[in-house]
Amino acid sequence: MDMAALTFLALGLPFLAALVAPVLARLLGHNAAWLLALAPAGVFAHFLRFVPDVGNGEVVTGGYAWIPSFNVSFSWLIDGLSLTFLLLISGIGALIVLYSGGYLKGHPHQGRFFSFILMFMGSMQGLVASDSFLMLFVFWELTSITSFLLIGFDHDREAARRAALQALVVTGGGGLLLLAGLLILWNVSGITQFSLLLSFGAELKQSPFYLAALLLVLGGAFTKSAQFPFHFWLPNAMEAPTPVSAYLHSATMVKAGVYLLMRLNPVLGGTPEWQVILPLFGAATLMAGALLAVRQTDLKLMLAYTTMSSLGLLVMLTGLGLPHAIEAATLYLVAHALFKGALFMVAGIIDHEAGIRDLTRLGGLRSAMPLTFAIALAAALSMGGLPPFFGFVAKEEIYAALSSFELRSAVFAAVAILGNALMFAVAFAIALKPFLGPKVNTPKHPHEGPVLLWLGPAVLALTGLSAALMSGLTHRIVSSPMASAITGKPTPVEISLVPHIGMPLLLSGITVAAGVAFYLNLARLRGAMATILADIGWGPDRGFDQFMRGLVHSAVAVTRRLQSGRLDVYMTVTFLLVAFVLLAIPLHYGEFPRAPFFAADVPVHELAIMAIAVAGLLAMMIAPDRLTAIVSLGIQGFAVAMIFLLYGAPDLSFTQFMIETLSVVVLALVMTRLRLSPSDHRPWREKVPDFALALACGTGFALLLLRVTGVPFDSSLTAFFNEYSKTIAHGANVVNVIIVDFRGTDTLGEITVVMIAGLSILGLVRLRAGALKRAAAAEVVVQEEDLEERV
Amino acid sequence: MRSVIFRTVAPFLTGLMMLFSVFVLLRGHNEPGGGFIGGLIAVSALAIYGIAHGVQTVRRAIYFHPMTIAGAGLFAASIAGIVSLAAGVPFMTGLWIYPSLLGVEVPLSTVMLFDTGVYLVVVGAISSIALSLEERGGE
Repeated sequence: MDMAALTFLALGLPFLAALVAPVLARLLGHNAAWLLALAPAGVFAHFLRFVPDVGNGEVVTGGYAWIPSFNVSFSWLIDGLSLTFLLLISGIGALIVLYSGGYLKGHPHQGRFFSFILMFMGSMQGLVASDSFLMLFVFWELTSITSFLLIGFDHDREAARRAALQALVVTGGGGLLLLAGLLILWNVSGITQFSLLLSFGAELKQSPFYLAALLLVLGGAFTKSAQFPFHFWLPNAMEAPTPVSAYLHSATMVKAGVYLLMRLNPVLGGTPEWQVILPLFGAATLMAGALLAVRQTDLKLMLAYTTMSSLGLLVMLTGLGLPHAIEAATLYLVAHALFKGALFMVAGIIDHEAGIRDLTRLGGLRSAMPLTFAIALAAALSMGGLPPFFGFVAKEEIYAALSSFELRSAVFAAVAILGNALMFAVAFAIALKPFLGPKVNTPKHPHEGPVLLWLGPAVLALTGLSAALMSGLTHRIVSSPMASAITGKPTPVEISLVPHIGMPLLLSGITVAAGVAFYLNLARLRGAMATILADIGWGPDRGFDQFMRGLVHSAVAVTRRLQSGRLDVYMTVTFLLVAFVLLAIPLHYGEFPRAPFFAADVPVHELAIMAIAVAGLLAMMIAPDRLTAIVSLGIQGFAVAMIFLLYGAPDLSFTQFMIETLSVVVLALVMTRLRLSPSDHRPWREKVPDFALALACGTGFALLLLRVTGVPFDSSLTAFFNEYSKTIAHGANVVNVIIVDFRGTDTLGEITVVMIAGLSILGLVRLRAGALKRAAAAEVVVQEEDLEERV
Repeated sequence: MRSVIFRTVAPFLTGLMMLFSVFVLLRGHNEPGGGFIGGLIAVSALAIYGIAHGVQTVRRAIYFHPMTIAGAGLFAASIAGIVSLAAGVPFMTGLWIYPSLLGVEVPLSTVMLFDTGVYLVVVGAISSIALSLEERGGE
């Protein structure tokens, strides 16, 4: 197989694995993880083969036409940026599958969980590999949907369901904004693929639609990457099982927004708007996340809020537009994926083995879980930005970007120092507090987890260490290609573990000092934050509930208004509209018919039939009770059927006879069901408007018919059917041939409608509650059906 | 309505009308008639029977639930269209065969199957409505 087919296979492999996962889990139990992890591992191996080429600055594109008529393709773009993401997603994905095997061991729906998480993995891969806009959008929404399934995995719990729905609404809604933004980009540039868009140049930034496109794209990116004030869904998503939090809500999905910003940086970035909006929102998210993290005592929630602040930091760095900022974002993104994934899994191990994950009720686990302690410590050292871990390298680069002596960079440097120091404190709180100190009694007897549990975090922590020790190699294969892809020009990354005396090291030192101080005063900080938050009271999370409530209320109000549930209102509105269309439109265009032409020699029998029709109508109007009125209406119908017969339309006439008969029967039956009084006792002031409306509709139809018959008759269709009905369709009855052959598909649709109408009426009749009202609705359907068939 | 004369005549009338409805259905392709009209005639026949002898008698007489009949009709009509696909021509293209039965050439076609489907849908759906309305009407 060639490389393109293999890449296609690699992008589809997680979905295939998701299909077989439930069966494998049933056969092998939790050990199915070993087999299932082969899928992401295979994907990882496949994409590893791109490393040499992409490292040399090559961009690999490929794909297949998907909907050629709309210029939509299934195509991928593999450059430094997407390759790094692909390696992170598949590599961490393999570890997460193993971890889920241990974490959900014995869970009755473990197979379903494997299936969901592999589907998510496939979606996330597709997202970052997408070259075409629409493919990116499809996978973007797929990640939202799979994330919904994963957060709501414990669907028995109300909180999980709410969190799942919240994440879906926020990120799915953002996805729609993104779609609008991408469509604007498409319209302005005429390009549907990122690889071509990147070479489109600066025209986009001068387009009058630039700001609109930017804001829409940011709407998508900020909701996905949990930027303030859309951050609230991320901590709530911690309702998901821990493997999900480790994978989706730290290493991969929440980075999709950052990915998008990085992907579009060469095309949309560098403008004043970009350099104001991104750093502002990023900085706000960084601070809010760090402060909220300090407030928490739940391990997962602390990690969730620090994830939020890390995302803020990444957005801020992406938007700064300073030298070294993009390089710093690159390094921090990779470092964060490694240490945060590991820490989440550690939190999961503690929760799994000790039965609790509240920081204040844990302690002294170091002797029971030495390996977990070591992993936690390694990850926390990286998160705190201490050598010799990759987090240190990343942080040095961040401060290198922020250490120029001007006001803007100084302000953001201060924000970064404060945020990093708080994250430092949280990192060590998680890595030290549960393990050190006196032993605290926990719900479960704590011991070291099985290999499936510790393998993932251990590999991630070791990777964080070796990536820093071999920083030259890391930069050559990951950091430099990725930074070059984001900036759109060759951007080598050179920073290493060797400390170089200067501003960045000084800022690092300040951060560590402040972090230690925060760590020592964590309890006091937590209390202070709790007081402040209680004083504020309202937050976006509650705002979301209010929004949803308002949405439901307004939907109910609108529906009540439009769907009153009263049949007479519906009918009045319908016929008012009919009268309006029939009368107002000819009036507007001056299309009324000329005075009708009466033939001089109408045969006596025709006059007699018409007289019967008119007599039937008059009888209906003066009928003393309803049943007489219905039967009188039938007289008129039969008279019309006679006229059809006289003018050579036996089929139509036949049908009219039968419909009239059945209408009388059905209407009479409905009448008895409705238990109406035998006659209409309404006062005149209620009858007159109905009468006027009926008159208007009748006049309108009469005028329309006169106008239509006044136009010269186009007989080409008649000629066609007469000529071909026998030769092509083997039938002499043209009407029937049209119904069952020439326009057979129409008829198929019509009988389907008849069937559905019959079913609905049956259902309505069977409903006991409110039976009276519902039978009235049935009557309308029957009449509509009659009208349709008559036509 | 339940006069002795009516109740005595109704079964014969219904039988004749049912027969006539099938006749109208089958001759539809060349003479006035067809599935739709035939179906309506059959419903009228059932309605007469129902008025004379009550809904339960009709339900017993037609054996299947009316909606089952309608469903079978829709199924037959769809099959008539799909058969053409299997023969490699576009959906709903009429196909004809002329087998010889007892020395008489009988034209059979997917079109006829389709028209029969229309007939069954009309019979089933409309009689289902009429019967259910009549059933509860007296409550």
